[in-house]
Amino acid sequence: MRRILSVLMENEPGALSRVVGLFSQRGYNIESLNVAPTTDHTLSRLTLTTTGDDLKIEQITKHLNKLVDVVKVVDLTEGAHVERDTLLVKVRAIGAQRDEVKRTTDIFRGHIIDVGPMTYIVQLTGPVDKLDSFLTALGETEVLEVVRSGVAGMSRGEKVLSV
Amino acid sequence: MEQLSGGEMIVRALEDEGVEYIFGYPGGAALHIYDAIFKANSVPHILVRHEQAATHAADGYARATGKPGVVLVTSGPGATNAITGIATAYMDSIPMVVISGQVQSHLIGEDAFQETDMVGISRPIVKHSFLVQRTEDIPSILKKAFFIATTGRPGPVVVDVPKDLTHPEHKFDYEYPESVQMRSYQPSVKGHSGQVRKAARLLLNAKRPVIYAGGGVIQGEGCDLLTDLARRLNYPVTNTLMGLGAYPATDKQFLGMLGMHGFYEANMAMHHSDVILAVGARFDDRVTNTVSKFCPGAKIIHIDVDPASIAKIVPVDVPIVGPVTTVLNDLNAQIDQQLASTDRTLPDATALDEWWRQIDSWRDAHGLWHGRRYGESDHIMPQDAITALYNATNGEAYVTSDVGQHQMFAAQYYKFDYPRRWINSGGLGTMGFGLPAAMGIKLALPEAEVACVTGEGSIQMNIQELSTCAQYDVPVKIVSLRNNYLGMVKQWQDMQYDSRYSESHYASSLPDFVKLAESYGHVGMLIEKKEDLEPAMKEAFALKDRLVFMDIFVEPHEHVYPMHVAPSGAMKDMWLSKTERT
Repeated sequence: MRRILSVLMENEPGALSRVVGLFSQRGYNIESLNVAPTTDHTLSRLTLTTTGDDLKIEQITKHLNKLVDVVKVVDLTEGAHVERDTLLVKVRAIGAQRDEVKRTTDIFRGHIIDVGPMTYIVQLTGPVDKLDSFLTALGETEVLEVVRSGVAGMSRGEKVLSV
Repeated sequence: MEQLSGGEMIVRALEDEGVEYIFGYPGGAALHIYDAIFKANSVPHILVRHEQAATHAADGYARATGKPGVVLVTSGPGATNAITGIATAYMDSIPMVVISGQVQSHLIGEDAFQETDMVGISRPIVKHSFLVQRTEDIPSILKKAFFIATTGRPGPVVVDVPKDLTHPEHKFDYEYPESVQMRSYQPSVKGHSGQVRKAARLLLNAKRPVIYAGGGVIQGEGCDLLTDLARRLNYPVTNTLMGLGAYPATDKQFLGMLGMHGFYEANMAMHHSDVILAVGARFDDRVTNTVSKFCPGAKIIHIDVDPASIAKIVPVDVPIVGPVTTVLNDLNAQIDQQLASTDRTLPDATALDEWWRQIDSWRDAHGLWHGRRYGESDHIMPQDAITALYNATNGEAYVTSDVGQHQMFAAQYYKFDYPRRWINSGGLGTMGFGLPAAMGIKLALPEAEVACVTGEGSIQMNIQELSTCAQYDVPVKIVSLRNNYLGMVKQWQDMQYDSRYSESHYASSLPDFVKLAESYGHVGMLIEKKEDLEPAMKEAFALKDRLVFMDIFVEPHEHVYPMHVAPSGAMKDMWLSKTERT
């Protein structure tokens, strides 16, 4: 099962490598990962998507908590939450494709953020499956390059991940 | 406030931590620190002959005393040589602080001379690590390093210090912190009371209980509490390789070690039990045999200070995270309470009697200490050599070992009645551990008898430490069981590879160990005949102030039994000799 783990950790050099190292060392899978400082600059927030059964996720959570730099770990998928991934995709935009891509982008509420004589860059934000659907919907359009930010997420309502 | 250089701060911090010995080896990036050591002349430094030995010596010191071992090495090869010893300590949860010199800050990342990314290279085998970035941070980082190394589930901590930060002319305020607060590191201090209540109920209602105690009971200083609990309930106890000594081996409730080379009665009792109380043990693959067949009828209570150890290998019915001492205290109190509030007699005496009768019949059938379970030969049997060691030391020695058959024979035949006396590399299985570890113990406890049980294979992995022992007068006794093979490798080759001894034989190239020992100024003894064994051993231990190397020729074809049948066997599936199995 796919899980989204949110991790608050000390904003120290080496902290990220400990998290990533833990996953490779113990054979856990990382599907996506993003990390950035929070408003409290001593803390970084890392969001990581992984897959595994309950036992595996329990082990991952325990091992993350064991890392000395890690302050808190939450499995967002345990409760109601929102998640967003951002996609930038560079496509070949010539001839009829120029309009076609524009239309598809509008339908998905994306933005064309760069227009070249023969290319567009489309930006789209949303849950992972929406971005996947968009890529499928591009159909015959030639995709030149794709980059995704990785999932960021938060629990809905009053629940807050903080120190 | 006092002004100190980075090098001086390190030495002063070690003084403030009450460190008794630094085990180390100097080199370029550590020279400012070494100069500070020379000038302060406060904490004694033991100069080893290889950095691996420094870590093992610090490790032996830590295991015997319960205090953290301290290592100081230089950058690059000094640091990488220390890695095996750090990994050894990590696997067995041994508190250790390793200070490594690093190239100057501005050279980091430039492939400078003797540069290696120590924090990176040690990352998977440390509890935590620090790369010092400002001299002013040295006191607080060292305070944290000792705190992290010694609390919760202990482990090694690396502190990597760039050379420029230890420069003698750059002085800063020095104040060693009294205490540490870390929001991201708060080890559990108490078990969940609801879980403890459940555990007590399960334990009291057991019909075929076993207490399975590991190294965590020793590390957590819970041996007396565990022994009291076991005696009070009259429940059988088995110890892991790391837990030997946690429960007295000569006690009638002791079943011996369990696992791959565990006692028949211990493995049988585990397999047939209905309740297992696991304390400070981690269901290692050398214990469980095939996990899916592990103790099918047992409900499991697991007490461990490390939550990640619980339910890692086998599902657990009652997990309790907490230090062994507080949890066992709470468990004892719960047992009192539950006994007071019931009219039933708990535990069920009839069931327990029957269980003990069953265990005794296993003991009588194949118990290692009940009748002789091994063969005869014209050579000294390795098991007899361990028994001779036991007799010569009244069962009270600190016994280190290397890794292989000799290690298993020592674990089986030296009956450890006290914790911290059996000191071996259980998790990582590091050959070359024994001699430097013995050195660390003897330095910590000069009055104690310290023996290193080894083989002619293992001892050569750190034999250079005979020189360190000469320099610092460390009169340990080396009991080297020579069978002219890498014995455990040979055993597996006998059992699984039709006795094709691929690279496990080197008889023609072995040194004369007696002369070798003598060349360092030690005593060497060649022991070939059975009748010489006991007297020679006594003679060796009578030489209180000398290191004695006993080169004991043993039967080369002996195997260690019992041995779990693998793959796909359960706890109860064992080879009992070369021809019998369960």
